[in-house]
Amino acid sequence: MSTVSRRTMIRRGLAAAAGLSGLAVAERIADRFGLVPPDHGGIYGPGETLTYAAQRLLTRYSLAREFSRSQISSPPFANEIAPPSDHFKRLQADGFKDWRLSVEGLVAQPASLSLDDVKRFPARRQITEIACEEGWSYVAEWVGTPLVDVLRAAGIMPQARYVVYFSIEKAWWDSVDMADALHPQTLLAYAMNGGDLPVAFGGPLRLRVPRQLGYKSVKFINRLAVTDSLQPFGKGLGSAAPEGGYAWYAGI
Amino acid sequence: MAETAWSVDRLPTVAARTEAPRHTALVRVTHWLTTVCFLALLVSGLEIVVSHPRFYWGESGNVLTPALFSLPIPSSRATVPTGYGYVLPDQNGWSRYLHFEAAWVLVLTGGLYVTWGVSSGHFRRNLLPAASDRSMRAFSRAFVRHLRFARPLAADAWSYNLVQRLAYILVIFVLFPLVIWTGLAMSPAFVSAVPSTVTSLGGRQSARTLHFLVSMSLVAFLLVHVAMVWLAGFGTRVRAMITGAPKTGPE
Repeated sequence: MSTVSRRTMIRRGLAAAAGLSGLAVAERIADRFGLVPPDHGGIYGPGETLTYAAQRLLTRYSLAREFSRSQISSPPFANEIAPPSDHFKRLQADGFKDWRLSVEGLVAQPASLSLDDVKRFPARRQITEIACEEGWSYVAEWVGTPLVDVLRAAGIMPQARYVVYFSIEKAWWDSVDMADALHPQTLLAYAMNGGDLPVAFGGPLRLRVPRQLGYKSVKFINRLAVTDSLQPFGKGLGSAAPEGGYAWYAGI
Repeated sequence: MAETAWSVDRLPTVAARTEAPRHTALVRVTHWLTTVCFLALLVSGLEIVVSHPRFYWGESGNVLTPALFSLPIPSSRATVPTGYGYVLPDQNGWSRYLHFEAAWVLVLTGGLYVTWGVSSGHFRRNLLPAASDRSMRAFSRAFVRHLRFARPLAADAWSYNLVQRLAYILVIFVLFPLVIWTGLAMSPAFVSAVPSTVTSLGGRQSARTLHFLVSMSLVAFLLVHVAMVWLAGFGTRVRAMITGAPKTGPE
């Protein structure tokens, strides 16, 4: 009797060890292929990793839905924003002519672009939906420069894995993986619904990431950093969102 | 030493279980995993709803557009006019993390259960109404018995009755698939790969409203389910779902 139970226990032990090492190998492979989100620790890590990995495998090249002009929401809803800083107001009073977008990190030629420099790239015009994690949404037409064009012009290096983007409001910064950074619909948007992008909607420059929820579309962008690791930024969780309790990946 | 004692302890139990259990181990484990996940999804889902207790129909909707209906509750967001003078604390961070993690466990558990249910013949044997019961007469007779809260027939302790079977079929093959579908329809990344998930429902806000209504139907099922278990003998039925109490030797 005891021989049988010992054998059973050994078998179970081996099965558990095989299972665990299988998981470890799976994590190594997943990380190698960019399927592990930076906020993969903690009790919600497994769910987050499954969501990110599954959606990445499914959506690497997929395009966000685009809509007809008749579906544009009128009026769109500007979510509450913190009152702009004095620094922002001074730039705004000057019509943002001193606004700069710096491009740094793993690029051959770091740059500091004015709004006119950004607008000199070929524009992309798209009618997409922005949906807040709270549940509401609106459809609008955005015009902007695809982020990929700015990155290519700066000479993005092959080891780049993420692009971190910063708002002039220090508390807001976020990052996307290369699938979203190089995605044709990821825009440095400067116009909306036929006019300049209003300040309430993130003007003069907002990064629109239409395959993720609204909070990834950070307002008032003034700095891009190309990187192979998110460790040096904030707490290393990829963006301000996980530091505030929200997921880094917002594709769902 | 401990090993021997453990083995000896086990002997009589094994000997007593010559009959098949009321519920197989797989049904018991998936039942309770589903219970835990459903409660986690319910609590976290309600937390998320509280941030915007307004529902719409069509593609888009926000506080500037008319609502299809709103819940008469305060919101956790100052931007939502609810008529209440206060704003609840924001709980969406952990709610969203928990919602999707529980959803994964539920979907994997459900996948296991359905695969096993089909391959083992469990669905055919225990869920599909018996041939003699596949008539309106049989159904209305069984339904009336339920409405009268009649004491369960003795046979009900050994197998599912007709109304039970139809309710479980509805939950397993209609409501759960619908709630997963409407949930995925709200994922901007998923619908970029499979747009028909949301366009077939009439848009993102329709998907959200349906997700809420289907969830409430599942809550209604849960309440009736627990009430029925209560009427049938809570202790016995719950013990059968935990230990798989053998068919023989009624308590």
